[in-house]
Amino acid sequence: MKHLHALGLGAVTALGMTALSMLPAAAAWEPTKPVEFIVPAGTGGGADQMARTLQGIIAKHDLMSTQLVVINKSGGAGGEGFLDVKSNKGNPHKIVISLSNLFTTPLATGIPFNWKDLTPVAMLALDEFVLWVNAEAPYKTAKEYEDAIKAAPDNTFKMGGTGSKQEDQIITVAIQKALGKKLTYIPYKGGGEVAVQLVGGHINSSVNNPIEAVSQWRGDKVRPLCVFDSKTLPYTDKIQGDLSWSSVPTCKSEGLDVEYLMLRGVFMPPGVTDEQVAYFVDLFKRVRETPEWKQLMKDGAFNQTFMAGDEFKAWLDQAETTHKGLMQEAGFIAGN
Amino acid sequence: MIVDNFINLYHGFYIAGDPFNILLMVIGILLGVIIGVLPGLGGANGVAILLPLTFSMSPTSAIILLTCIYWGALFGGAITSVLFNIPGEPWSVATTFDGHPMARSGRAGEALTAAFTSSFVGAFFAIVMITLIAPLVAQFALQFGPAEKFAVYFLAFASFVGMSKEPPAKTIVSMMIGFALAAVGLDMVTGQLRLTFGVTELLNGFDFLIAVIGLFGIGEILLTMEEGLEFRGKAAKIDPKIVWKTWKTLPKYWATSLRSCIIGCWMGITPAGATPASFMAYGIAKRVSKNGKNFGNGEIEGVVAPETAAHAAGTAAMLPMLALGVPGSPTAAVLLGGLLIWGLQPGPMLFVEQAEFVWGLIASMYLGNIVGLILVLTTVPLFASILRIPFSIIAPVILVICAIGAYTVNNNVFDVLMMMVFGVLGYLLKKTNYPLAPLVLAIVLGDSAEEAFRQSLLGSGGSLAVFWSNPLVSTIMGLGLIAGLWPLIAMAFAKLRGNTTQPA
Repeated sequence: MKHLHALGLGAVTALGMTALSMLPAAAAWEPTKPVEFIVPAGTGGGADQMARTLQGIIAKHDLMSTQLVVINKSGGAGGEGFLDVKSNKGNPHKIVISLSNLFTTPLATGIPFNWKDLTPVAMLALDEFVLWVNAEAPYKTAKEYEDAIKAAPDNTFKMGGTGSKQEDQIITVAIQKALGKKLTYIPYKGGGEVAVQLVGGHINSSVNNPIEAVSQWRGDKVRPLCVFDSKTLPYTDKIQGDLSWSSVPTCKSEGLDVEYLMLRGVFMPPGVTDEQVAYFVDLFKRVRETPEWKQLMKDGAFNQTFMAGDEFKAWLDQAETTHKGLMQEAGFIAGN
Repeated sequence: MIVDNFINLYHGFYIAGDPFNILLMVIGILLGVIIGVLPGLGGANGVAILLPLTFSMSPTSAIILLTCIYWGALFGGAITSVLFNIPGEPWSVATTFDGHPMARSGRAGEALTAAFTSSFVGAFFAIVMITLIAPLVAQFALQFGPAEKFAVYFLAFASFVGMSKEPPAKTIVSMMIGFALAAVGLDMVTGQLRLTFGVTELLNGFDFLIAVIGLFGIGEILLTMEEGLEFRGKAAKIDPKIVWKTWKTLPKYWATSLRSCIIGCWMGITPAGATPASFMAYGIAKRVSKNGKNFGNGEIEGVVAPETAAHAAGTAAMLPMLALGVPGSPTAAVLLGGLLIWGLQPGPMLFVEQAEFVWGLIASMYLGNIVGLILVLTTVPLFASILRIPFSIIAPVILVICAIGAYTVNNNVFDVLMMMVFGVLGYLLKKTNYPLAPLVLAIVLGDSAEEAFRQSLLGSGGSLAVFWSNPLVSTIMGLGLIAGLWPLIAMAFAKLRGNTTQPA
């Protein structure tokens, strides 16, 4: 096996040389066997959808010489997947897509890994969060909902979210802090389930990602109150009546000073070379140019920030500090 | 409104009946049967692997291919359950209870025919339901919050209590082992790891499929080896008329079928899924049937009940996926991802905006299941004849297939080891007359039941009254209590009347 691998690498170097002369930005490395794309979450969730879309786009446009194989390793809130990548030191045929659990899982469970154990490749996009209520609820604006929470005793309002001690609950804790009132947080397995529980009236509100709740919004079953970003979303296609994503105000402008965006990024195992990282950065740059990717971004109202290299590392460093602070405040750190 | 549905459906048949789509159906069913036969691979994995292939097709063709793989897997799961006592899919576990004893007494062909036919009946019932009352059913599904879900799980456990021949104490011990195993891994409500003792391999908990492959498959092989490498199924005759002969006996069980169809549809929609549906249908059939006492020894009704329910549930699970965007089964979850990639937004508007897609899909469900039934029935004599191969040859092959299956679940060698451990555990439990079914049921549903229970209590601020807070949840809980306490109630009745008849 090792022998074969060495042979393969030799061939690739030769190939890479030719490729270099043809493509200005191409790297001198190319995969020689199928690349495993680890999803540290279950099938059907946001990260899984994005990974499988990427797989489809790459196959359809022939962007890679070998196959991309999606593998779900969701155990231990994604810890299983990250540990797998961490332990595959120097293996360039493995990449992993991240959710916020890149930061939250090691903090909440004590599973030993950190983003610094992996090699950051690129930020593909940031996922937005929106405050939703049932369309039949009397609250037309975030302000009205906030006032209702403030006027009622603690734990009157039920907030549903995905998982425990992860992004949805972190946002919930931040909302509690901003309003000075406690909410009852109820964790569910997936975002789609949360949206349906909101439609069924079993919870009062949710902080679903746009793509998780958009179909319920189009059916006029739920109502978006505000988005947890610093500016309103740029997407102006009509979704429900005359409303579009751009008509949803920011939470800050509605008196709820909470901002949160979730990383959708790609990482490689530790110890890979710069050429190998450059290959994948270039690959994802080309993916971003395809119409299918643009459609996904529009459907899910994603924040289309793209980052790689040092800029990405600096962002990760900052995000880790933020998460640590948020989780410490909420008492979510393991061993507390 | 129903008339509109029929016009739409007629148009749907036109789309699904396209020769290319029919070809996709045949390919999908065949692939699905293979996936169903291989333990571990599973419908969800199979669909996930093939999903990228469909991106270049039209959404309707793509979903026809993928759903047919799903139907095929539902059919195929029964084959290894009956022949080797190895459930290819979680929902086929209950099929082994009577299907395998039938095979061992030389009635494999009969058992397979009954399983396939019941599958078809269940699926057909569910599709008719989807055709007629889709919007109403979607509304019903919305009623289910955590408390209602827990009530359903409670009913599933309760309808199972007392069904085994072993003493209740052993049933409870077995069930508790199952609950303990189900608790390993991440606790969804607190986000903490439980019972993993720092072992990375345990992060994911015990996968149900690994446990089942080990407990049933490996355990069975160990038992057979002890009995002197004799595989009694070899007496099976290959009789091409077996299908016809079995069909003549099936109409007798119409009541069981109908009951299982209803249980299946309900569990598929709520969404609890095909596995609890099959267990619940089996448990209730055993309780209600005249031949209840003979269940577990090769009673054809014990094959009809779980297979009908599993297929009805598997099919009905498509409805909440389409109408609400919430998947009723793991496979539906993967299909849901596919819908989004094809640019379709599942949810309340799908039936309105993408009527062509929805009705094409529903029409393909009718056609796909008919195609599937014909395909699998022709294979009955072939599969039944596998049992004529001497055990000393077939056993190593089964072992290898089990090992591959266990590996495929998570691509993890540790799981193969776990499968072996479960195999020994299964053997020991069988030798000491502990029933395996409650253990398996607890592994499958333990986690979900606990989750629903704790979500309910979170919502109610810790008050148990939440389980009696509305007519729906009260009714289900009441049914559960009656089912759970039935042995006691029956005993009391018997004492009052001074006789010892079993409840009919």
